[in-house]
Amino acid sequence: MTEREYLQTPSQTVGPFFGYALPYEGGGELIAAHRPDAIRLHGTVFDGNGQTVPDALIELWQADADGSIVQRQGSFRRDGYTFTGFGRAATTLAGDYSFTTVKPGAVGSSAPYCFVTVFARGLLHHLFTRAYFPEDSEAQATDAVLAAVPAERRSTLIAALDGPGSYRFDIHLQGENETVFFDFDA
Amino acid sequence: MTTQPITQPTQPEITKEIRDIEADAARAAAAGGRPERHARRDYAPYRSSVLRHPTHELVRVDPEEVERFSPAFGHTDVDVLESDLTIQHSGEPLGERITVSGRVLDGEGRPVRHQLIEIWQANSGGRYVHKRDQHPAPLDPNFTGVGRAVTGDDGSYRFQTIKPGPYPWRNHLNAWRPAHIHFSLFGSAFTQRLVTQMYFPGDPLFALDPIYQSITDPAARERLIGQYDHDESVPEYSLGYVWDIVLTGPKSTRMESEEDHD
Repeated sequence: MTEREYLQTPSQTVGPFFGYALPYEGGGELIAAHRPDAIRLHGTVFDGNGQTVPDALIELWQADADGSIVQRQGSFRRDGYTFTGFGRAATTLAGDYSFTTVKPGAVGSSAPYCFVTVFARGLLHHLFTRAYFPEDSEAQATDAVLAAVPAERRSTLIAALDGPGSYRFDIHLQGENETVFFDFDA
Repeated sequence: MTTQPITQPTQPEITKEIRDIEADAARAAAAGGRPERHARRDYAPYRSSVLRHPTHELVRVDPEEVERFSPAFGHTDVDVLESDLTIQHSGEPLGERITVSGRVLDGEGRPVRHQLIEIWQANSGGRYVHKRDQHPAPLDPNFTGVGRAVTGDDGSYRFQTIKPGPYPWRNHLNAWRPAHIHFSLFGSAFTQRLVTQMYFPGDPLFALDPIYQSITDPAARERLIGQYDHDESVPEYSLGYVWDIVLTGPKSTRMESEEDHD
């Protein structure tokens, strides 16, 4: 027996000039905004000086409302009916991003969350985080991933209700409220 | 109070920072540390990383069900013609016509099948079709520089494009990026997600570029260089580059028998 290694290809920054390539029409609308169960998940990306980040790209990946993980094509060509679980949105000049989606159901024993990936100029490697919802504190108390996060930083992973069906999830790359980012490659 | 004008660092200053960090990393590796196979998140010679890298350790957790899947992109999303960046307009783009092909593998060497690859790049003059790119090189009306493909059963992909040019940026005075093509990849699990850049062999700008040099291990950063492969060149038409990509996997190594030579 020999050990053969497949060494990972290193990451490089998405750079400043992805705007004409990666974002696409309807990328932030996982479902139609007029659906009665539509929620908005939005926020602002901040750097270590508290400046907003106008050249970040956010990807969302999540379960459907019933907690199922769908494997359906159509993320790039939204037909208005098919939920694919994936969204992509660039930040605006003000550093804001916004998604229209359904609130995901709980998967297994974890509390409901949207899986969030952050790319930006200046990030040499993307960042993974999770946006949980403020009304699920009971389920969050037994969530295995939240349990691995130091208690004083857990609040950075909980979106805030800022209107009917609207959740704010700000992302702080550094600073006092630096968002918790995960490494899954254990 | 007057504000001091911001003086840009010079290339020799950036190059010295790059070399000092690499020497430190080499000493750490020689002392038995793990080689640094990834870009450093905090890499001061790349000035934009300074205020944008997390300062806390990443929290290590096991992926759960959501992270073990990824979106299902396929031919509903991507037309096969999107892998040819030279046919998107009425005329032929200017520049050196090339193909870039290879395989996408996971950390165990298994093909990453039917997953999305997106690429984007500057034109042959080093100019992006991005409104904030103000480099005064000409735009090419016959080249956008965006392509997509879905990997085959064996993890293979193939793009036809033109070789991008190097371009200036404002990290420091007289900063130039080596020619590169941006790649965005999905695996079967979202944890395998990768955004990176493919470079071309022998670029004289490698030693000067803080983005390329942010991977302090020379062997690791060389994995970003596509190789010229004459067998992939098409007579009287295009030059062939081959670049295999390895995503993270559940494990980075596997045991295989001596007989297994594939």
